Amino acid sequence: MSFLSIDHMSKYFPSHSGNGTVCIFEDVTVKINKGEFVTVIGHSGCGKSTLLNIIAGLETPTEGGAILNGQEVTGPGLDRMVVFQSFALMPWMTVYENVALAVRSAYPTWSSQEIKAHVQKYITLVGLQGAETKKPTALSGGMKQRVGLARAFSIEPKVLLLDEPFAQIDALTRGVIQEELVQMWNATRNTVFMVTHDVDEAILLSDRIMLMTNGPSARIAEIVDVTIPRPRSRETIIEDEHYYKIRNHIIHFLVRHASHGHAGESGDDTERSGPVEINFRDQATNTYEPAVTH
Amino acid sequence: MGIKQTQHPFFISIFFLGIFLFAWHVATISPPFDPTGKTEEELMVMEFNGDIVQTDDGQYVWNPEKEKVKGVPGPMTVMEKAWIELNEAFVIKGTNDHGIAFLVGYTVSRFAVGFLAASGVAILVGIILGLNQMLFRALNPFIQVLKPISPLAWMPLLLYTVKDPKWTAILVVFMAAIWPTLATTAFGVNTLRKEYLQVAAILQLSWFKRLYKVILPGAAPTIVNGLRISFGSALVAVVPAEMLLGELGVGYLSWIEWNNLDIAGVIFAILVVGTVGVVLDSGFNKLAGLVTYQE
Repeated sequence: MSFLSIDHMSKYFPSHSGNGTVCIFEDVTVKINKGEFVTVIGHSGCGKSTLLNIIAGLETPTEGGAILNGQEVTGPGLDRMVVFQSFALMPWMTVYENVALAVRSAYPTWSSQEIKAHVQKYITLVGLQGAETKKPTALSGGMKQRVGLARAFSIEPKVLLLDEPFAQIDALTRGVIQEELVQMWNATRNTVFMVTHDVDEAILLSDRIMLMTNGPSARIAEIVDVTIPRPRSRETIIEDEHYYKIRNHIIHFLVRHASHGHAGESGDDTERSGPVEINFRDQATNTYEPAVTH
Repeated sequence: MGIKQTQHPFFISIFFLGIFLFAWHVATISPPFDPTGKTEEELMVMEFNGDIVQTDDGQYVWNPEKEKVKGVPGPMTVMEKAWIELNEAFVIKGTNDHGIAFLVGYTVSRFAVGFLAASGVAILVGIILGLNQMLFRALNPFIQVLKPISPLAWMPLLLYTVKDPKWTAILVVFMAAIWPTLATTAFGVNTLRKEYLQVAAILQLSWFKRLYKVILPGAAPTIVNGLRISFGSALVAVVPAEMLLGELGVGYLSWIEWNNLDIAGVIFAILVVGTVGVVLDSGFNKLAGLVTYQE
């Protein structure tokens, strides 16, 4: 049995006109193994963040549900920590206090000495030693998200949920933090569920990438196996023979689904038949020869 | 803000104060009594009416007692009055004639009790309404009706119900201070960034911890803004409340000096009210600085 599974999940919101509902996504079924890094890519508004929030327990699905370690997700909990796009650091607390708030909650029986050591360990891990007493306002976007990562890793959750974690960080810093995240993940091997629309980020970090069609009624159309061996770095992955195949495949998918509605699905024979699994080790499933030159 | 200050504004303030005092002095100056062109009979009538008095050397001058209530007193007169009052600051001469220090003390404590009680209630109710959208929308019409009512409009009813002018004055301050804090607290809690509450929920913080670790500090800047407005309106309400209720205090001082036809005393009382306001306000700002944060 898989560690985290999303089972026939659908989400409907009341429509703006007041009567009826709008389907955000429907019939999403995903199985994620323990220690796996899975990413969902899709256009803005396809409902990928809603999906993540439901796994976090911050929102409820209309149909279906998420099962973590054999138990259905009914609300938020310390076993699933979110790293927010907006960082969500308490601006009235220092870096240390932000992380300590999480550690104290996760380990209520610990002495203040143990808590201090644990907080310090994770602040050092993200390279923020010396900034403990700073308030988030005094930090750059990259440093803020390092605090966000330290807070998330420090409570050692079963699942890390990354909600477009680097979208608000400048491009140069983003690359650096992505590699730091790779290293942190290598050390901890947490199960990670990430949402993004950055293709390179997804390839660098993920074991599998789920491609989501546009909403309304979005679905997970394809699951791409990232057949690039670890450990990866931004420098070495571009040398890999599968890198551009995977990248082009995903970009083709996103371009096809760029227009709203179901236009992109007209040529799809995948309709209502579950996601297609793409694996570049097995060339037979590679239905799209990359047309883009690089 | 970014302008380089070559001169301290203090000197400019002093300059304008000087101009103001000089203009005040000139405008309130009255020419010495000039008896030329007046018959002996006219002078006798004026002396009989108390307009003028004869000095020891037989000269007629304006009656200094009547001068006090004729026209607006000049700055020198007010300063003399202030000097006398400040020298007697800690003297109790009679039931209604307490020194200025006592009067300030009464007003400040009356204000403090009413303001603190109102703030406590307003913040508590504001948080409940801010967290419960349905309850907020249900009660908002009442708040909207109650908010614009002048706190003094409650006074007759309060006096009739509590039957004690001391508590009525405090309740008037309470009514003045409650609404702005209540409304802004509800707003501040309601518009608190959703992520903060989500983090609190994920970290499984207890209700109480959520309140004092996340909600209160998060909404603090908005709450403080509400408190500031409440503070001002309570300070405005305390003076007329004392006047109307005859409760000893700086507002009462202003009224009793008017009853004494001591205009210099009235001006002195006004200055005391202003000074008390400034001192309380700066104390409040110090407190506010402790709880605000930058986003």
